[in-house]
Amino acid sequence: MIEGAAMQPVISLRNLRKSFGALEVLKGISLDAHKGDVIAILGSSGSGKSTMLRCINMLEIPTAGEVVVTGESVKLKKQGDGLAIADRRQIDGIRARAAMVFQSFNLWSHMTILENLVEAPIHVQRRPRAECIAEAMALLEKVGIADKRDAYPAHLSGGQQQRAAIARALAMHPQVMLFDEPTSALDPERVGEVLAVMRALANEGRTMLLVTHEIAFARDVATRVVFLHEGLIEEDGPADEVFRNPKSERFRKFISNTQHR
Amino acid sequence: MDPRFVYDSFVQLLAGVPLTLELTAFAFALGLLLAVLIALMQISGLRILRIPAGAYVFAIRGTPLLVQIFLIYYGLGQFRPTLQSLGLWQFFREAYWCGILALSLNSAAYGSEVLRGGLQSVSKREIEAGRACGMSGLLLYRRIILPLALRQSLPAYGNELILMVKATSLVSIITMMEVTGIAARLISETYRPVEVFIAAGTIYLIINFLLTRAVSMLDWWLTPHLRGMSTIGKAEQAK
Repeated sequence: MIEGAAMQPVISLRNLRKSFGALEVLKGISLDAHKGDVIAILGSSGSGKSTMLRCINMLEIPTAGEVVVTGESVKLKKQGDGLAIADRRQIDGIRARAAMVFQSFNLWSHMTILENLVEAPIHVQRRPRAECIAEAMALLEKVGIADKRDAYPAHLSGGQQQRAAIARALAMHPQVMLFDEPTSALDPERVGEVLAVMRALANEGRTMLLVTHEIAFARDVATRVVFLHEGLIEEDGPADEVFRNPKSERFRKFISNTQHR
Repeated sequence: MDPRFVYDSFVQLLAGVPLTLELTAFAFALGLLLAVLIALMQISGLRILRIPAGAYVFAIRGTPLLVQIFLIYYGLGQFRPTLQSLGLWQFFREAYWCGILALSLNSAAYGSEVLRGGLQSVSKREIEAGRACGMSGLLLYRRIILPLALRQSLPAYGNELILMVKATSLVSIITMMEVTGIAARLISETYRPVEVFIAAGTIYLIINFLLTRAVSMLDWWLTPHLRGMSTIGKAEQAK
């Protein structure tokens, strides 16, 4: 029984579809992510990779299909042509367990860095204030910006803001972390510091889903690579294997194009 | 013009200051509560809420405050039996409450537009970050949306406060003895409008000067995150 629970995927997508009006962005995606997986989701823009990630925590509501997070199937109800959230509270709980890091950091501008970190633990998870603050300090230490605790987001560089956003996600004790192009909005010289933090998290054995354009990082850190093309999974396998011996012609082209840049 | 008489009028008019401030404070506070409600109705996206809120703002902003005061103070007298049966006559019989009601309704219409702008200016990304952390409904409003919207609205709402101070002078018409009411009485006794109105104007100027300073201080205190940073500098930093 316990072994069965350990084998259960942290995230499971079953035949996921999503349309924006007449445009079908996801055309039936099925994917299981297990504990400790670091899955890099690659694909050219418009392939649906960000939409897929945003369907996991219901920032986008799928049009059809099923999403299971930590064994809990997201309750959706029919509404018009698509689906709608059936249980608000369930979604709020799932969102705290699957924390997201955004492309443009999205820190709360009116709160200090420390306040950003303790906001959800105190007000959503209702944990004791002192404990949240102590833990947030340790997290800021870990991502290397402890001296910025009382600064406001606008006073930090992009790389520092993104590290703060990662610490904010960690503060909720998530079981899985969703990264949505976390380095795409950064100056090139700031990318390394964010990737270093993410590499450390991967080495801790955290479950991570990562939409990215950093092929080298994916090759290096990811345990598994998923390549999306026009709303379908085109290539899926262990990172070293798919890069060495890609099955799909498109993925072969995709990596050779991006490598020559 | 007699400076001595200006000074004497000034001293006499000071007796009206407490009432002027009281009317402002009451109308402003009630107006703010109502304004939040109307602004939320406007942005709710639900026709059933948006249309009445829009109609209210349209009607109040499109008609003079003086007309609204007359309608409430004199107009409601026609419905005395109905109001008596509802137990509301006590309230509408008093010029004081009619004045506050008219000022509040007026302030709410203008204030709601200021707040609506503030609410719409809140970054979708910060709201999304709140949702992604498991916030929704009231919690999201209380912790993220309203704090950002109110900070954004504050300078413009300070303007509304100053307009409200000046608007209280209109309720002197319905017998309220605030600064302008006392000024009108002094003039009818002395026939020296220049000195009396100069003194009255000075009082409003002082009140508004102090309030403007107070609003700027509040703004400074509430927005440490924007301090020492030009708009361009901020956009650069965000990269």
